[in-house]
Amino acid sequence: MLDSYGSDAKERVGFFTDTSICIGCKACEVACKEWNLVPEDGLVWTGESYDNTSALGANTWRHVAFVEQKEPARLEGDQPDALRWLMSSDVCKHCTHAACLDVCPTGALFRTEYGTVVVQEDVCNGCGYCVPACPFGVIDRRHLPRSPADPPAEILGLQLGKREDGRAWKCTLCYDRLKGGHEPACAKACPTESIQFGPLDELRERAGKRLEKLEAENWNGARLYGNDPDDGVGGFGAFFLLLDEPEVYGLPPDPVVTTAHLPEMWKTAAVATGALVLGVVASFLGGPR
Amino acid sequence: MSETRSYYGRPVVKEPVWKDEIALYFFTGGLGGASSVLSLVARATGHELLAQRSIQIASAADAVSPPLLIADLGRPERFLNMLRVFKVTSPMSVGSWILAYTSAASSVSAFLNTIGRLPRVAELTRLAAAGSGAPLAIYTSTLISNTAIPVWHEARRELPFLFGSSAAASAGAAAVIAVPPAEAGPARRLAVGGVLVENVLFKLMERRLGMVGEPYSKGQAGTYKKLAIGCTLSGAALLAGPGRRSRLAAVAGGALTLAGEVALRFSVFKAGFQSARDPKYTVEPQRARLSAQPADPRSRTRPVSGDGSM
Amino acid sequence: MGSNMAENHPVGFQWVLEARERGAHVIHVDPRFTRTSAMATKWVGIRAGSDIAFLGGIVNYILEHDLYFEEYVEHYTNASVVITEEFVDTEDLDGFFSGWDPEQGEYDTTTWQYQGMAVHGTGGDTEAGFDTSGEQAGHGGHGGGLEHGEPPEEDKTLQHPRCVFQLLKRHYRRYTPEFVAETCGCSVEDFLHVAKALTASSGREKTSAFCYAVGWTQHTVGVQYIRTAAIIQQLLGNMGRPGGGIVALRGHASIQGSTDIPTLYNILPGYLPMPHAEFYGGLDNFIEANTAPTGFWGHFDAYWVSLMKAYFGENATEDNEWLFRKLPRVDDDNSVYQTTLDMIDGKVKGYIVAGENPAVGNSHAKLHRLALAKLDWLVVRDLVEIESAAFWYDSPEIESGELKTEEIPTEIFFMPAAAHTEKDGSFTNTQRLLQWHWQATEPRHDSRSELWFYFHLGRLLKQRLADSEATRDELVKALRWEYPTHSQIQEPDAEAVLAEISGWEIATGAFIDGYTKLKPDGSTVCGCWIYSGVYKDGVNQAARRKPHWEQSYVAPEWAWAWPANRRMLYNRASADPDGKPWSERKQFVWWDADDAKWAGLDVPDFEVDKPPSYVPPEGAKAEDAIAGDHPFIMQADGRSWLFVPQGLEDGPLPTHYEPQESPFDNPLYGQRANPRRQQFKRPENPYNPVGGEQGSEIFPYVATTYRLTEHHTAGGMSRFVPYLSELQPAMFCEVSPELADEAGLVHGGWATIYSSRSAIEARVLVTDRIPPIEVQGRTTHQVGLPYHWGTRGLTTGGSANDLSSLALDPNVHIQEVKAFSVGIKPGRRPRGKALTEFVEELRNRAR
Repeated sequence: MLDSYGSDAKERVGFFTDTSICIGCKACEVACKEWNLVPEDGLVWTGESYDNTSALGANTWRHVAFVEQKEPARLEGDQPDALRWLMSSDVCKHCTHAACLDVCPTGALFRTEYGTVVVQEDVCNGCGYCVPACPFGVIDRRHLPRSPADPPAEILGLQLGKREDGRAWKCTLCYDRLKGGHEPACAKACPTESIQFGPLDELRERAGKRLEKLEAENWNGARLYGNDPDDGVGGFGAFFLLLDEPEVYGLPPDPVVTTAHLPEMWKTAAVATGALVLGVVASFLGGPR
Repeated sequence: MSETRSYYGRPVVKEPVWKDEIALYFFTGGLGGASSVLSLVARATGHELLAQRSIQIASAADAVSPPLLIADLGRPERFLNMLRVFKVTSPMSVGSWILAYTSAASSVSAFLNTIGRLPRVAELTRLAAAGSGAPLAIYTSTLISNTAIPVWHEARRELPFLFGSSAAASAGAAAVIAVPPAEAGPARRLAVGGVLVENVLFKLMERRLGMVGEPYSKGQAGTYKKLAIGCTLSGAALLAGPGRRSRLAAVAGGALTLAGEVALRFSVFKAGFQSARDPKYTVEPQRARLSAQPADPRSRTRPVSGDGSM
Repeated sequence: MGSNMAENHPVGFQWVLEARERGAHVIHVDPRFTRTSAMATKWVGIRAGSDIAFLGGIVNYILEHDLYFEEYVEHYTNASVVITEEFVDTEDLDGFFSGWDPEQGEYDTTTWQYQGMAVHGTGGDTEAGFDTSGEQAGHGGHGGGLEHGEPPEEDKTLQHPRCVFQLLKRHYRRYTPEFVAETCGCSVEDFLHVAKALTASSGREKTSAFCYAVGWTQHTVGVQYIRTAAIIQQLLGNMGRPGGGIVALRGHASIQGSTDIPTLYNILPGYLPMPHAEFYGGLDNFIEANTAPTGFWGHFDAYWVSLMKAYFGENATEDNEWLFRKLPRVDDDNSVYQTTLDMIDGKVKGYIVAGENPAVGNSHAKLHRLALAKLDWLVVRDLVEIESAAFWYDSPEIESGELKTEEIPTEIFFMPAAAHTEKDGSFTNTQRLLQWHWQATEPRHDSRSELWFYFHLGRLLKQRLADSEATRDELVKALRWEYPTHSQIQEPDAEAVLAEISGWEIATGAFIDGYTKLKPDGSTVCGCWIYSGVYKDGVNQAARRKPHWEQSYVAPEWAWAWPANRRMLYNRASADPDGKPWSERKQFVWWDADDAKWAGLDVPDFEVDKPPSYVPPEGAKAEDAIAGDHPFIMQADGRSWLFVPQGLEDGPLPTHYEPQESPFDNPLYGQRANPRRQQFKRPENPYNPVGGEQGSEIFPYVATTYRLTEHHTAGGMSRFVPYLSELQPAMFCEVSPELADEAGLVHGGWATIYSSRSAIEARVLVTDRIPPIEVQGRTTHQVGLPYHWGTRGLTTGGSANDLSSLALDPNVHIQEVKAFSVGIKPGRRPRGKALTEFVEELRNRAR
C-alpha cells in the first residue's frame, strides 16, 4: 500500500475502538473538534437517547452512538429485567481499500505514509463523489459558510464562487499530530482508553485477545468488526469491538468497497458503448426514410 | 425475515450532495455523446443534413454540460482540478477528460461544419467527437454504479445499457425535430428503437433488483418513472406513426420523447437518494449475504448472543 | 451509590473500569440506569431518597449473619463502648432519639454520651464530655472527659445490652430484605445480591469501597446517609485499608480545596472554627473549648496562632492575644440559604458572587433571583454573563412581571474572570491531593483571576482605610498583605501564597515540613495547618509529576496530599492490633519491629515510633492519650465510631426518614421526616403536601435532579460553549414509558413539570432507564431532571432547581434536591403572568 513512499513509509497505524469500555462521555467528539477546528454543527435535540450528534459528516468526525436495550450485558442466568446501554464512538474507517480515495477525481484524497486516508483541503473542489461512494456514510461536503480566511471565490476573474465552504471533510487521524509524534486527539482524550491508537498489527492482536477475554466472561454479543484483512474493504484502519450487530450502531454489516466491482463495470460499459454504436448503425439500415 | 435493525432508522450510507443539474447533465451528456455518433454514421452514409444537425446538437449539448457540472461543485472556481490527474478508479476522473475532449472536438467540428470551412479538420474532429462521444453517453452510468448506493450499485449490469439506449433515443428524437421528416428516417428509427429498448431494460432492471429496486415505485423516483414511460412511449408512437409524414407530429413526438428521457434520468437520479435514505436497502442485502455464508469460526461478525440472530 | 461516577468523573472512572477488568464487582445502586450503570456489573434501581433503608438493610444483614470482621470491630471501633442508660432509640420513641426539645426544635445530646463520661459545663454552652456545637461539629471529634483516651465503660464481649454493638443490632433489626424492597422499590433478590457481594468481598483478603457524591449529600438526612455507609465499612473492616474506604466524589475540580481553605462562613483554613459571638471572652476560652484533650486536635493552639501570624504578621502578638478580640464573629447561620432569605428580608446590602450561579444552581432558584433583586449592589465574577448577573433583564420573573427591570434597585458589577488555563494555582481533589496547574496563556482584556481580584481589592481597601481611626477597620489595616506580583497586570505570585499556606519559621525563614512543627508561641506562620509541608524545603510539592510507572502504585511523588503527603487516612487500620498486615495481599502499612517504626507504602497515619503495644499512662494528653492499637487518631478515643455520641445534630445512628417532600409516610415511624432538618416555613418557600396529606396527589411523582457529562453544574462553563452545547442542546426530562402513558406524555414532545414553587418545561425523553417501582404496595414513578439550564447561552431551557424547595440537612446546610415531589403534564408551560397564576392555582388546590 505504501510502496510509493519508499523509505518515507511508516508503520501503518489506526484505531481499535473497544466499545465495551466506552462510557459515552463524548470527550472524543469535543477533543476532535477543538484540535481540528471543526465547526459546531447544529443545536438539535433528537431524543435519540443521549445522541444529539446523530452521524458522522463533514462537521462531525467522531460520533458517539447510544442504544438502549432490554438485554443483559453478560449472559449469566436469568435476568428478566435486564437493561444495557451500548455506547460506541464511530469514526472514519481509513479503509485498506478506500472507496472515497478511489473515486476522487482531483486526487485531493490520498493515502498518507501512515496508511491513513486524508483530504487535501486546498485541492478538493467539492465534486461530492466521495460522499455516496463511502460504504459507511462517513465523508460529506461542508455546507457551512466559508471561513473569512478562505480566498474569495473567483472563476476567471469573476466573483462566481459560492458562499459555502463546499469541500469534503473527514477525520484525518490527526495527520498533523502524527507528524509531530503524537497520538490523535480523540485517543488522547478518551479517559477509559476505549479509543486505542497504535500500529495496526499490534491493535489487531490486542483486539483478538480482548475478544477472547470477553467471551470467557460471557459478554452478550461481543464481536470484532473490521479487523479482518479479507473483508470487503481489505480490513479497516479503524476497527471496533462491538456488542451487537453492526447495523444496530448504524454500520453496514458487510461493507464492500465499490471499486471491487469496477473492472467488471468498465467491461460492461465497453460492451454498452459498442452496443450504442451498433444501435446507431442499425438505424441506418433500411433507407433514408 | 424479522424487521431490519437500524440506528433509529437513520441512513447507513450518505445520499449524494448533487443537485438536479447533475440529472440534467446525465441527459445532456447522453444527448451530446450519442449525437456525435449519429453525426458520424450519418456523414458516412451520405445523410448530410442529418449529419450537420446532429453535430450541431452534439456541440450544443456538450456546451451546456460543463457549466452544469461546474455549477454543482462545492468550489466551482476549482473546476480545473478535475484535470489534475487521470484515475481509472474514478469514473468521474475518466469522464471529466472524456467530456473535455468531446466538447472540444464537437464544438470545433460543428463550427467548421456550419461555416463550411476546413472540411478535413471538420471531419477529423467529428470522428474524434464520435469516438469519445460514445463513452461519454455511457460513462455516467458507471459513475453512479460505482458508489455504495444500493439501487445504483446493484444495477451496475443494467444501467450502462439503460443509459446507452436513453442516449440513443435522445439523439434520435432531437435530430428528428431538427430535420424534415424526409431526412429523419434513421433518427426516427433510432429514437423509437431506443425508447423500446430502454423501457424493456427498465422493467428487467427493476425486477432483478427486487426489494432494492423499491425506490422506483415510490416517491419522486416513482413519479418520474411514470412520467418517463408515458412521455417516451407516446413520443415514440407519434414518431413511428404520424411523425413519418407530418413535421408537426414529428416535432411533438420528438419533444415528448426528449421530455421522457429527461424524466428517466431524473427517476434514476432520485432513486439513488431514496435508496440511501432508508437503511434497510443497505442492511438487508448485506445481512442476507452474511447469512448465506457458512458459519465460520474466524468470521468477523461472529455472534455470541443467544438471541437466535443468525 | 449516591453518585454517577462515569458521567461526572469520567477520568477517575477509568480506574473503576480497570478494577472491573480485573474481576472486581462494580455495583451501582441508583434511581436511574445511567452511564455508570451501563458499565457496572450490577445495577439496582431504588427510590430516590431511600438509601438509608437500603444501607440499613445491609447493616442488618451483616449483623444477622455474623459477617462482620470480628477482630477489626472489636479493637478498632467503639462497638464495645457502653452508652449511657438515659439513651433511648428511635425504635422506642416512634422516630425520635432521646433528648428532643420540641420547642427549640433540636436535640440535647447529653443522653447520647458514653456511659460514665463526666458532664460539667465550662463557661457557656461547652460541656466537657463531647462538645456538641453543631457549627463546629464534625471537624474533628473534640472531646473531653476521656481518661487516658479510653471510654469509661466497655464490654469486649459485645453482649452488654447498651453497648454500641447491641444498640446497632436493635436499631436496624427491622431493616429486613423485605422492608428494604418495600421501601426502596427494588427486589429482595437484588438487595441480597448486593449484600452478599459486599460481604464476600470484605475481610482480610479482600476489601470493598463505596463511592458517593451529592446523590447522598443533597438530602435532609445527607450526613446520615454517609454515616450508614461508614457503619457498614467499619463492620466489614474496610476503613483505612487499600481498596476500601468511602470515597467522596467531589463535583468540582477543587471543591475539596474550597472547604480546606474555606469559602464557608463558619470555618477557617484547616477546619478551625470561626469564633462564635456569645461564646468566648478571650483567646484562652476559645482555645480550651476547641482543644481536644486527646488526639491531634490537642495542638489546636499551634494551628490557630500560626494562622493568625499568617494573616496579620507582626501585628498579631501574644500580648494582644493574636488579635483574637478583633476578629469578626459568627453570630447566626450565615450559610447561603439563610443569607438569601435575609436578602429577601432586606437585611443584606451587597453580595459578591464568584464562580457560582445561584440563579440556576441553588435550590429554589427562583427565590435566589428574587433575592438578588433586593440587594443594593451585586458583584458577579464569571467567565460569561450568567443568569445571576442577567436576572434583572432576562429571567422567568421578568417574563412573568414579578420583576420589572426599571424597579430593581440592584447595581450590578460584572467582572470578567480568567479561566483556569489563564492562571497558576492548585486543585485539591477528593484524595486530598493538591495538584498544581500552570498558566498556559495570559488572560484577555479585563479578565482577571480570583487571586488578582482579591489581592488588589484588599490592597485598595487597605489604601482607603490607611488613615481610618474606626475600630472596625483595625483588622483590615492589620492584614499582612504583601505578595510579589508579575506580568503587566500585576498578577500575584500564586506560589508565594502556597508557600505562606505551607508555612515557615519566622526567625529563620526555614520552610516548615509538617504541622507537627507548628508552635503556639508566634514563631511560626502557617496559612492552613493541614497543608503544612506542601512547600517543604522551598519546593512546590504540589507541582511534582513523577509518572506512576516510576514509583509504587501509591505514587507518593505525584503532587502532594494533605496532611503530610499521607495518601490514605487511618492507614494504621490496614494492620492488625499487633501491627501485622491483615493479609499479605492487603498489606499497606505495618510495624517494623527491627526499626521500631511504622513502615509501608504510604506515610503512616500514626506516630511513626509509637509501637502497637503502647498503652497511654494516666493523665496522658493529646496524641499521647491514644493507644498503639487505636488507628483512628483524630477521634478522642482513637476508635472509629459506629455510634456517634457527639458532633451531629440529628442522631447518633442513621435511621430511615422520608425526604421533606415525598409521596409516602415513614413505614417505620410516626415521625415522617428528619425532625432536625432545617425547614423555612415562609410564604416564599411553600412545601408540597406529602405522604398521606390531602393534596399530595397533586405532586405524586418523585423527582430527582442530576448532572450530565456534557454540561457543568449551573451551565456557566458549558451552555455558552458550542462544542458542549451541541452535545446536549435542550433541557429534557426522563420518564418511563409507563409514566408517559399515565401522564399523556409523548416522546420528543414537551412536558411541564411543577411543584409548589414554580413550573418549568422540558423535552420528553421516554426511556426504560428510570422504571416505575413498587413502594409500600403501590406503583411509584420517578422523573429525572438535569439541572443545567437557564435563560442564557447557546442552549437555554427551564431550570430544574426552580422546582425544589429550601429544606436542608441540619449539620451542613446542604439542600435536598435529590428527592422531592412534583407533578407533570404534557405541553409547554404557561407564559408570562399565566405562569404565576398556574402555580398559584396549584398551591390553592393543594391546601
